[in-house]
Amino acid sequence: MDVSARPRVAMRGITKTFPGVKALDGVDFTLQPGEVHALLGENGAGKSTLIKVLTGVLQADAGTVELDGKVVRIGSPAQAQDLGINTVYQEVNLVPTLSVAENLTLERQITRFGLVDWKKTTARAEAALARLGIAVDVGRSLGSCSLAVQQLVAIARALDRETRVLVLDEPTASLDAREVERLFSVLSDIRARGISIVFITHFIDQVYAIADRITVLRNGRFAGTGPVAEVPRMRLVTMMLGKQIESDFAARPTADSIVEGATPLVAAKGLGRSRLMQPIDLSVRAGEVVGLAGLLGSGRTETAKLLFGAEKADQGRLEIDGEAVSLKSPSQAIARGFGFCPEDRKHDGLILGLSVRENLILALQCRRGWWRQLSRAEQDRLAGEMIQALGIATPDAEKPVGQLSGGNQQKVILARWLLAKPRFLILDEPTRGIDIGAHAEIVALIRRLCREGLALVVASSELEEIVAFSHRVVVLRDRRKVSEIAGEAISQKTIVEAIANS
Amino acid sequence: MIPVTPPPTETAARPPREKKSLPSFVWPLMALATILVIVGLIEPAFFSIRIVEGRLYGSLVDIVYRGTPIMLIALGMAVVIGTSGIDLSVGSVVAIASAVMAHYIHEGWDPASVIAISLAAGLACGLWNGFLVAALGIQPIIATLILMVAGRGMALMINGGRIPTFRSDFFSFVSSGSIWIIPTRLFLVVGVALILWALLRRTAFGLFVEAVGANPSAARLTGIATRTVTLGAYGIAGVCAALAGLVITGDTRSSDAVNVGMWSELDAILAVVLGGASLSGGRIYLATTLLGVLIIQSLTTSILMTGLPPEYNLVVKAVVILAVLLIQAPKLRIQVANLAAAFRGRGAK
Repeated sequence: MDVSARPRVAMRGITKTFPGVKALDGVDFTLQPGEVHALLGENGAGKSTLIKVLTGVLQADAGTVELDGKVVRIGSPAQAQDLGINTVYQEVNLVPTLSVAENLTLERQITRFGLVDWKKTTARAEAALARLGIAVDVGRSLGSCSLAVQQLVAIARALDRETRVLVLDEPTASLDAREVERLFSVLSDIRARGISIVFITHFIDQVYAIADRITVLRNGRFAGTGPVAEVPRMRLVTMMLGKQIESDFAARPTADSIVEGATPLVAAKGLGRSRLMQPIDLSVRAGEVVGLAGLLGSGRTETAKLLFGAEKADQGRLEIDGEAVSLKSPSQAIARGFGFCPEDRKHDGLILGLSVRENLILALQCRRGWWRQLSRAEQDRLAGEMIQALGIATPDAEKPVGQLSGGNQQKVILARWLLAKPRFLILDEPTRGIDIGAHAEIVALIRRLCREGLALVVASSELEEIVAFSHRVVVLRDRRKVSEIAGEAISQKTIVEAIANS
Repeated sequence: MIPVTPPPTETAARPPREKKSLPSFVWPLMALATILVIVGLIEPAFFSIRIVEGRLYGSLVDIVYRGTPIMLIALGMAVVIGTSGIDLSVGSVVAIASAVMAHYIHEGWDPASVIAISLAAGLACGLWNGFLVAALGIQPIIATLILMVAGRGMALMINGGRIPTFRSDFFSFVSSGSIWIIPTRLFLVVGVALILWALLRRTAFGLFVEAVGANPSAARLTGIATRTVTLGAYGIAGVCAALAGLVITGDTRSSDAVNVGMWSELDAILAVVLGGASLSGGRIYLATTLLGVLIIQSLTTSILMTGLPPEYNLVVKAVVILAVLLIQAPKLRIQVANLAAAFRGRGAK
């Protein structure tokens, strides 16, 4: 590729500050005509913010955007579209109940005498899809089409107007392998027409399958860029995680606590669910911490949910104490002594309207059953104990939990499960959004719990903490298990290698 | 002045959740007081209470007396709305219970058995609704619409297409009799309210209902049997509606399947909302729901009292209710802000 040519887009020194957070700090990003440019980074790296600046959703505090050599000011999504910058978001933002044709002509309906001209509408929709090589009955409702077709319709809609830049925000997140292939062949065609594509994804394999160049962001800063051929996987993963790979900060946990025995407490054998997670083998013994490592979107959360029965497995089996069980719902898992702290605590964890006390006692109350209510005095005592033990910062236990800070909300969920005294605890990103002090407390807590004989599976994007508390590490990539590392072999370096190597 | 039904002490057990926010019963109580004071100024006889033939008479007594069937229905509705559901079928359940009751009185069953089978019919209706919502995942408004339409037909079939009448001293006593000078049905309402309060606040059922209504996903992941809880809530609403059917039918001594309990579901929903609950669920207020019924009933009665032509009844009622709802709007605004914050939190991910 002729990199010396005038870039299609040149963003320079883009800075954007939100209250308390510097989301972007002097980031540069250049996009050449007719290339697929992968934009990568972990959560909070600034990908979305950068894209929002490019598409006019947000205004940068500092920095310039050049489009084909001219400095432009993009004040709104409508202006971005007028400039030929079109976006397809992760969640298809079309109307599922309308037909494909209606979706394609939604805000520019073709009318005749003030009425919709259905003949022309249909013809235009068919033409727009034909350009992408898609044959679909445009009269069908969009919701009845497969996700891949919906995604392609969204792209066709974006391309239906003058397009210089097409932004795809995780277009493959919910597609299967065949659908991804189809999407990629369409993307190749679009690229051949000279349109520049920004491709945001978490799937490393897909980056190498379709992208021409890569730019990596980390913590709101530019972390590196280059042609795909010059960025080997290992370097890419290191860039994304940004770790000093040799510095293991804390002592490794000792294996004393692990209960040696014939049968593990929990064992998944080929447990999987189509479209969600490839079959996985995983076992954990009492007093053992198994870490789930992998990049964002690698299947950490999916694995956690499968183990807990929050997603029903359609392949393989789960054994508890060597006995095969089928978990149809979380309550069955909880009845067997499981606990689960979800990643998305606002949506899956807390009951925001209820008080800290009510949120704390919820899991324990569930295990007791609804008719054996914990007395108010008992509730106050347990809530008080937990608030103190985990250092939850709240003026009193009656405060609505929605008014606490993120770290304290996380502690509430953890405390909720600790009160229920589980045998097996699944933690999904237990330290997300928690300040440094609380972070160390949680890691210490995980170690303490496993010394007390709990079996734990902890999914985390923080390699440092995975290394600090795991007896074994299961490494995931692209929704499947790629490696398992045990004991002394666990280090950030070995994990990163496992993530990177095919 | 005689106090209106003593509200169960629900609010005492749950301290206010936000700093400086007034207890939940203040606004509905103020609205009710305002309506009563205005009517009293126009028509001073409104407040007079006499004892005639050993029982209380007067407009205020009349309001409470006539409000009892809706109070019973609204108590059950409050629980269903707490799960973020709704039950449109309660009026038809009233008709079914009424028809079952008339049928078995004619069969010569004793009152206890008649009550048992009528309530069982109400429970079955409620569980059916709960099954559609919880097990089949049908939206509550549609799921209960099915029984709302079909229920009256079933009641008509039980009645054999006629309007059966009956004589029963026991049911006349329950519905229109009095113990000492106080109408019997008031004891029934207070009793049901106390039982429900105990079920919701002296077991963990209320907490589970509120958790399911506020965040079903989190409730499920915490181990709450969300389906069972939802099923139970609709079952309660069915039993409450059947009780209302017994009270109404005992009074009229006939079962008119076409008209009995007509539109009562709308009054009940309105009462729950006037009581400060949100249709998006997550909170149950029993005491203020009863106040909500009194607001609605006192409007109906006072419009008749003040000599306003009856044709104005519905319009005036609508205007006053809109005003009462707007008074509660600041609370609504806080909820909207909370929801928006939660939504932003989710969107930023």
